[in-house]
Amino acid sequence: MKFGVVVFPGSNCDDDMMYVLGEVMGQEVVKIWHKDYSLDHFDVGDCIILPGGFSYGDYLRAGAIARFAHIMPAVMDFARSGGYVWGICNGFQILCEAGLLPGVLLRNSNQQFICKNTWLRVETTQSPITASLMPGQVLRIPIAHAEGRYHADEATLQTLADNDQILFKYCTPDGQLSDEANPNGAAMHIAGICNSTRNVFGMMPHPERASEEALGNTDGRGLFESLLACVAHEATV
Amino acid sequence: MKFVAEIDIMPHKELLDPQGKTVVKNMPNVDIHGVLDARIGKHITMTLEAGSEEAARAIVQDACRKLLANLIMETYTFSLHPVQA
Repeated sequence: MKFGVVVFPGSNCDDDMMYVLGEVMGQEVVKIWHKDYSLDHFDVGDCIILPGGFSYGDYLRAGAIARFAHIMPAVMDFARSGGYVWGICNGFQILCEAGLLPGVLLRNSNQQFICKNTWLRVETTQSPITASLMPGQVLRIPIAHAEGRYHADEATLQTLADNDQILFKYCTPDGQLSDEANPNGAAMHIAGICNSTRNVFGMMPHPERASEEALGNTDGRGLFESLLACVAHEATV
Repeated sequence: MKFVAEIDIMPHKELLDPQGKTVVKNMPNVDIHGVLDARIGKHITMTLEAGSEEAARAIVQDACRKLLANLIMETYTFSLHPVQA
């Protein structure tokens, strides 16, 4: 399995992701420049990451300009052909703007940039990045965003729930849902979702910032390990 | 022909607009009273060239739908004015 991390002007979590995938997880990982047009050197079973940051300065709306970057048609084709695409923070915003995931990320309800640890409840194990986790497991993973309030119309939210596409919800340390534990006011406490074919994932929290003993938190590693185990399993079937 | 489009993009009425809320809440701090609500959006002035007003309107519509507004969270309205050469 190979990883590609797309670098947009203003991406700032690309090197963190490269480090975690390459050095911590020991995987083959390359950077992909936003002006590239092709992902021909990637196969289904590989994973393209859209990292966190402030692509194009968040001008107009977060992710609105990056969504039209040269590389994006290839990312969209890759996703449609079944390749894994994982957007984190600004990457999630870009995937929503591109229509690869439903909904949008609105300004946080408290109007502040929030940078802190949050607790996430694993809502489903029916996705490659959560398959090795336990349903209801609580992870401590940090967020760092100003536009993270997930919003979609009622019908879309219902579809996400009915299809088991909600991956993570913000919760209390003991796994309870409450307004106080929902840092940005997200609809249904949503912190991360996947698409209906379960190969495109988006989440506001940063697992790459919680994957090393030296940082005092390895809860994020489980997501990378889960994806790797899932792909390894598929390769043997 | 040259045209100028004056475009307003606003968050959907049913959505919480934390920017507007914060502004209203802080009005009394500058001794302004009686403001009940404020909603904050974007105003975009765009100059364009097109063969007719109809063609110009189509370009602006396209720009609003594809890029300038995200219709999941925003609405847009615009007016179009010909520019004298």
